[in-house]
Amino acid sequence: MLREFFIQTGRYFLFLKMVFKKPEKWKIFWKQFFIEADKLVVSSVVLVSVISIFIGGVLVIQTASNMNNPFLDRMLVGYMVRETLILEFCSTMVALILAGKIGSNIASELGSMRITDQIDAIEMAGVNSASYLVLPKILSVTLLSPLLVLLSLCLGLFGGWLVVYVTSIIPLAKYMAGLKYAFTEFYVFYSCIKMSFFCFLISSISAFKGYYASGGTLGVGRASTKSIVISCILILMFDLIITQLMLY
Amino acid sequence: MIRIEHLYKSFGDVHVLKDISIEYRQGLCNMIIGASGSGKTVLLKILIGLMQQDSGTVTFNGQDISSLPYAQKKHFRQNIGVLFQNSALFDFATVIENVMFPMDFFTAWSRREKIERAQYCLERVNVQGNDRKYPSELSGGMQKRVGIARAIALNPKYLICDEPNSGLDPETSILIDQLIHGLTKEFGMTTVINTHDMNSILEIGDNIGFLHKGNMLWQGTRHNIFETDCQELRRFVCANSLARNIMNGRQ
Repeated sequence: MLREFFIQTGRYFLFLKMVFKKPEKWKIFWKQFFIEADKLVVSSVVLVSVISIFIGGVLVIQTASNMNNPFLDRMLVGYMVRETLILEFCSTMVALILAGKIGSNIASELGSMRITDQIDAIEMAGVNSASYLVLPKILSVTLLSPLLVLLSLCLGLFGGWLVVYVTSIIPLAKYMAGLKYAFTEFYVFYSCIKMSFFCFLISSISAFKGYYASGGTLGVGRASTKSIVISCILILMFDLIITQLMLY
Repeated sequence: MIRIEHLYKSFGDVHVLKDISIEYRQGLCNMIIGASGSGKTVLLKILIGLMQQDSGTVTFNGQDISSLPYAQKKHFRQNIGVLFQNSALFDFATVIENVMFPMDFFTAWSRREKIERAQYCLERVNVQGNDRKYPSELSGGMQKRVGIARAIALNPKYLICDEPNSGLDPETSILIDQLIHGLTKEFGMTTVINTHDMNSILEIGDNIGFLHKGNMLWQGTRHNIFETDCQELRRFVCANSLARNIMNGRQ
């Protein structure tokens, strides 16, 4: 098992070496980049938006219901919701959700292309298939994912505001004051960096699994499942490492 | 001309190809025939460089591509048109985009010129009028034709076909065979076809190599295949009722 782990890790880095080659034609690369950005990032906007609004609302209710102590200012509800969203939810939780959506999309697409010889056909046309197919996916997801963090943050805070406005669980002015209290801009940057790195992991691992899928349609399903599982584990592992590195 | 010399390939303890030597000549439909599991696909994959042999050489007009670095191998592949068993058309592209794919990368033609060339190739294989359709909207026979159109888009010197008739009805099979044969003569390509379809062999087999359990047991043409003394080949041929009748009639 350990041997297999090292073999797969080595193959993964060799795969990345193939992927990060200069594209055959920049014009074609940019065309593919925008197609993939639309397919992988823009299409995730609705999912991220819906989840963020609901989680923002839930966070407000949970935080407020756990802060009944009269010595604690109700403003802290807004502050804690903001910090939770910035530090963990908008990057790590959204990345875990995207691992399912983007990861399965990439792995199944490349896996299907592998088992139907489409990847071989690209190679036989004299094109570096790994670079042509995978590089635009990895770059578009990695570079544009911070926008999803910002969107998620805004909508999460909006979801909290909506719950406060509708239920008056705390005074609206307190919630707004909490959102502005002790704001550290670096945390947003930290969250964006985390998200970019997680999205790099998701896209490269799922591309690796899909690119080398074998065993027919079952193999494609297996590749897709494995890519999601590995991505999720690595996201949580690197969450710890990046947090340690960037916040302490 | 493609020359294969003393080619060996094993997977673990299983020897898939043993000392294969054969020549494929220009302007002919060269065929690799044999039962399933005889090593045909492995031989074809080695031929087009998708698999590496253990030993032996494959030369295209004297040039050994297996020893070339990746960048040069990639460049050389522009001379090879490949028709895959299941056509391998790109699902994300329309028919015309599939045919234009190699042109997008390796020509400096304008879009108009590429479209004209792609339409010419599609007309040549009789699938004109389907430019904007996606592969999933085409029948198996039409997909094969589009696959051939894509393979000949850059005027390749070599055309490699893996089981071009698999999954097709007999009438379409013959049309595909005749199309490949016609294109081979017209463009003077060196065509190599991997098949176990006896009708194809009898229809267009100009130069045939019979593979059995990794050994090249027989070489000849469709005209002398019935006179063979090779028992394995006789069994292979007689599995087809038409060929069996011809062989029995000759005896």
